[in-house]
Amino acid sequence: MSWLDHRTGIETAVRNFLYEEIPASSGWHQVFGSIAAFLFLVQAFTGALLAFNYAPTPGDAYNSLRYILTEVTGGHLIRGLHHWGASMLIVVVVLHMTQVFLYGAYKKPREATWMAGVILLLLTMAFGLTGYLLPWDNRAYWGSVVATQIAAHVPFAGPYLSRLLGGEGAIGVVTFARFYGLHVLLLPPATGILIATHIYLVRKHGVAPAPGDEVQPKKKFYPQQAFKDTVAIFAAFVILFVMAVAVRVPLERLADPTDTAYIPRPDWYFLFLFQTLKFFDGPLEIVGSVALPGLAVLALFLVPFIDRGRVMRVTRRFTAFGVAALALLGWAGLTVTAIATTPKPDNTVAIDYGAPTDWIGLSPQELAGIGYFRKENCASCHTTGSGKPRIGPDLANLPIKKSAAWMIDHFKHPAAMVPGTSMPPILLSDAQLNALAAFLLKLTPQNAAALSSAPDFAVEGALVYQSKGCGSCHQVNGIGMTVGPPLNGLARRRARAWVIKHFADPQALSPGSIMPPYRFTPREMDALLGYLFTLQD
Amino acid sequence: MPSTDVSRRQFYTAAIYGLWSLIAAALSIPAAAYLLFPPRLRKAPGWVEAGDISALEPRVPMEMVFRQNRVDGWKVLSERTGAWVVKLSASEIVAYGPQCTHLGCAYHWDENRDYFLCPCHNSVFSIDGAVVSGPAPRPLDRYETKVDGGKLLLGPLHPSKAAS
Repeated sequence: MSWLDHRTGIETAVRNFLYEEIPASSGWHQVFGSIAAFLFLVQAFTGALLAFNYAPTPGDAYNSLRYILTEVTGGHLIRGLHHWGASMLIVVVVLHMTQVFLYGAYKKPREATWMAGVILLLLTMAFGLTGYLLPWDNRAYWGSVVATQIAAHVPFAGPYLSRLLGGEGAIGVVTFARFYGLHVLLLPPATGILIATHIYLVRKHGVAPAPGDEVQPKKKFYPQQAFKDTVAIFAAFVILFVMAVAVRVPLERLADPTDTAYIPRPDWYFLFLFQTLKFFDGPLEIVGSVALPGLAVLALFLVPFIDRGRVMRVTRRFTAFGVAALALLGWAGLTVTAIATTPKPDNTVAIDYGAPTDWIGLSPQELAGIGYFRKENCASCHTTGSGKPRIGPDLANLPIKKSAAWMIDHFKHPAAMVPGTSMPPILLSDAQLNALAAFLLKLTPQNAAALSSAPDFAVEGALVYQSKGCGSCHQVNGIGMTVGPPLNGLARRRARAWVIKHFADPQALSPGSIMPPYRFTPREMDALLGYLFTLQD
Repeated sequence: MPSTDVSRRQFYTAAIYGLWSLIAAALSIPAAAYLLFPPRLRKAPGWVEAGDISALEPRVPMEMVFRQNRVDGWKVLSERTGAWVVKLSASEIVAYGPQCTHLGCAYHWDENRDYFLCPCHNSVFSIDGAVVSGPAPRPLDRYETKVDGGKLLLGPLHPSKAAS
């Protein structure tokens, strides 16, 4: 026995843990519990990392999350792991419960193990509910408004629950602090203790055997079952990692309590509850918000006492399969209906606030300049602040800043301004070259990446805006004339259909307007509207 | 057969160690980068006006207090900071960062003894910033300076090199 083991007993403990005897029928179907425990640890780890760069107060929360996403190395990945890990944890916990349910593994003497598991499911959902508010974007704010309102409608306890969540009146700093406190201070240790209890109970009673196991010799957990658990955990981790890298995690604009156009939705795993609510109106609402979910949880909790029959082979548990299939069908039906009936907001454009958004502040001319920069393939000869040196100079790091006039002359006759250059002349109109020069004047090594991330629809829209000369009457980001109304905040004021009709016949909708009618191709119209609706107040 | 049993056992063990190592690496490497790499810089700090140099007498250090923008995580703070400004000669004005190069305490000019004294561990600097005595490892740090119309403008603060 080694020195360490003599003093701590750790090696013996690990050995006892690994060489636990398990029934002969154990196998791949029993890996889900291990995956869930692993994912919980990943959530704790990534959550702690996020907390190191996160300020838990409204406003600061959003800015610090944007800082994590746009400036901190690997911030996107860490947040992606935490966000998708939450969804995955729900999926795996439900799969774990389904397996246990189908196999009847909750039967005597394992009732307490099952009940601890049901509480763990509720804790996982509580994590999801409280974590949803923490980005403090529009999605978080409005989703949590609905959640706290539901809590407020619980008979008798409603007002107290509402006060407890700090949701009395409106969601603000108090609610935020309560949700954050729950999410990082109360739920993690509660879940940790319950997971420990759950695993202790599994060890105490042993892994549930199937009929026929009693005549077979027992196996050891290590290495065969440990190998299966590891492979399953690894597969789950690969999926999670790929999602964190490849799938965009939504971050919308800063929470705006005055945004009447916003369509609040909870996260996908709560959609079925959200949809259930819609079937009950007025005084019956309580049935959908409290009574049905409460009964469902109670039924789930009491499963071991409802089904007290003898242990059977999984292939003969027709009732269990029937109940599980019905539950799945009901859940899927409600979720799909909820998604299908979600109205598409017609005048809000999805901007990814998880990426740099410096382009939003550009004038239409500068944004159109990015368009010409892309169309003329300037990047095939020039770098902008980073990357391998190319044949032309780095445009974000020019030793001497040139004037717009110099640049325009240079675009037209490159060799006249820079003798010996191999740059071809750019065949664009004066106005277009002006836009290109305006963009290049704005370019610095600090903002180059941010500016090049301008989405195509906005750049195309700005090109249309410039080519039609909208700026001779309208103002965008403080640039342009004020004959017509400024266009920032248009998405708040007008619907898409109104704007389209207004282009065709301005005087019909705005009597006395001097705006001439405009005809656009469908593509131009899409780009222009997309651009105009991104303009912030 | 015992030999296949042994090799299967070896395979299981190798796979368990291998896969867990991959997971540990995939989590710890990004975490280390996340915590240790400096965040992407948003703005290069520009010149900031420290004060009027007309009142500056030759070889008499003056403390100038001014506001400076500093990027602090997700915020840009406008904060009060200071510099000890010395007119070393008619053509040379230097501005020292306000912190002792030992452990960052605020030092001050001791008029009676004609040197900069740090109250924490008694580091003493001469008027040109050099270490006279005490534990300070290097001379006082200097701001980049330029004078524009009687105003002193300060650029970035450069850590001084240790005298060898």
